[in-house]
Amino acid sequence: MIPPGVRRHARIIGYVLPSLARRWRKNTAVVVVYGLVIFLLASVVFLSQSLTGESLAGLAREPEIIVQKLSAGRHELIPVGALPSVTRIVGVRSGRARLWAYYTDPATRETLALVVPDTPRLDAGQMLAGPEFLRRRSLSVGDVVHLKTHTGASLALTVAGAIAPATALESAALLHVSAPAFRDLVGIADGLAMDLVLRVRNARELPTIATKITQALPDARPIIRGELVRTYKSVFSWRSGVIIGVLLVPVLAFIIFAWDKAAGLGVEERREIGILKAVGWETGDVILMKCYEAGVVSLAAFALGTALAVASLAVPRSPIIVPALTGWSTLYPSFMPTATVGAYQVATLFCLTVFPYLVATVIPAWRAATIDPDMVMRGS
Amino acid sequence: MITLSDVTKVYNAGRPNEFAALRGVSLTIEGRTATALKGPSGSGKTTLLSLIGSMARPTSGRIALDGTVISSLPERFLTEIRRRTFGFVFQQFNLIRGLTALENVMIPAYPTGAPLEQIRRQARQRLEMLGLDGKAASKVEWLSGGEAQRVAIARALVNDPAVVIADEPTAHLDTALSREFMEIMAALRRDGRTLILASHDPLVYESALIDRVVTMRDGRVVDAGTGP
Repeated sequence: MIPPGVRRHARIIGYVLPSLARRWRKNTAVVVVYGLVIFLLASVVFLSQSLTGESLAGLAREPEIIVQKLSAGRHELIPVGALPSVTRIVGVRSGRARLWAYYTDPATRETLALVVPDTPRLDAGQMLAGPEFLRRRSLSVGDVVHLKTHTGASLALTVAGAIAPATALESAALLHVSAPAFRDLVGIADGLAMDLVLRVRNARELPTIATKITQALPDARPIIRGELVRTYKSVFSWRSGVIIGVLLVPVLAFIIFAWDKAAGLGVEERREIGILKAVGWETGDVILMKCYEAGVVSLAAFALGTALAVASLAVPRSPIIVPALTGWSTLYPSFMPTATVGAYQVATLFCLTVFPYLVATVIPAWRAATIDPDMVMRGS
Repeated sequence: MITLSDVTKVYNAGRPNEFAALRGVSLTIEGRTATALKGPSGSGKTTLLSLIGSMARPTSGRIALDGTVISSLPERFLTEIRRRTFGFVFQQFNLIRGLTALENVMIPAYPTGAPLEQIRRQARQRLEMLGLDGKAASKVEWLSGGEAQRVAIARALVNDPAVVIADEPTAHLDTALSREFMEIMAALRRDGRTLILASHDPLVYESALIDRVVTMRDGRVVDAGTGP
């Protein structure tokens, strides 16, 4: 047995749906325009989340401490011989010197990341690459890639296999090469490395170990992984915050427009409210009806905008949002961030878009609904 | 029985355009009777119907329904009384365009929370009773004036009210349709409903159906008439 209160809601919804259909042109236009505004906002939120996720996924596998040498405040190559002085520190489990660099391929103008992996050991003439890189260059195992060394000579590397990438970024831009090939390509002399990386036993000892590193190597800078995570997050939060700030202008404009439309309810709508009240609807029934109307419209726009935003993440280089958020990625060849749609992001979007619309349309409707029903009798 | 005691209704009180639509009206309307309110435009007939039908509250004075004062009740209770007790037929019919005749008739019953099938059945019965069963699925803007008014009557009856209130019901009807309307009213009277009709059409207030004619002018009852 359904309680009469629930049935009352069901009847009012039953009235609202055909009522919306009666004004389908106006309502469709509102859903489309509002849906596009939500699409812009949702694109920023989802893409920002995707890029942050990509970056943090890469960081998650990094060692706890990176040691860089500084000279005149700038990062400089570090002697491999400095490694024992930091691995001796109590609490450091292991350490190694890293060889990595950005490499711009003169043939394609793409900037790639060259890394000498610990494992597997590669022969001097071998390389590994991500599947996206191999696909883009139409390469398969056994093919030869010619890269230019730092002296301008050509270096032939045979594709020995594919890297299993953790992120789309790695798949598109990461090359694994041997140490000799690396030094040939970027011109880093034997005995020098890009930085040192350390694994520690207990994360709570990180600040103490960092202090000891600066004592052992006064011209070095220890970077704790947590600091990198915070920096990445703040960079993306700042970027997305700026764009959301800019996009809130059209959202606000739309809400003001909705308020204005609702405040100046059309003659037909005011007449309808008067008739409903005259034939026995309470003010509460009318407000409920308007709430459901606004709810259906804003939820439809929310669903449309969110779906478009998710779909747009599958379209490479979305022309509006992606360049604004991924300006830094010009260092890399183009890549597709993995779409990340979290409940938190959806809830944030919902609060930013649906609630303001509900308030903007229901409050003026409430004011219209408090008219005396005898207005209808008097024909005013 | 509906009792009005020294009822006054002032619109736009305190503003330059303030006017008193009703001034000290006292009247008793017995149940199961047909009462006509007559008088020129601006005499206060429509305002009196609004107050009797709980659509508005008097500025002063009291209105009682079967001995219970209703004029001071909060909106929620007043609406409930309006929905259960009164059915309205408006001068302009006031049907909602874009909806079918059946949907228009169902509207007053939606907030009652009655099962949908019951509401639909009641609405269909009212339309059949008024010879409109063939027009149930027609949009109201496609109906003739007479059909539209019968839909308005069906809507007034859907909640089975004890009192039917009609304001200038024949204003937009020709003589034949006006007579047809009065026949419908006669049938409702035979059903035991109370009728209160405001009109300055002699076809209404001189009809044999009418038990009592109340004459109004300038917001006052100038002749309370006689009747049951």
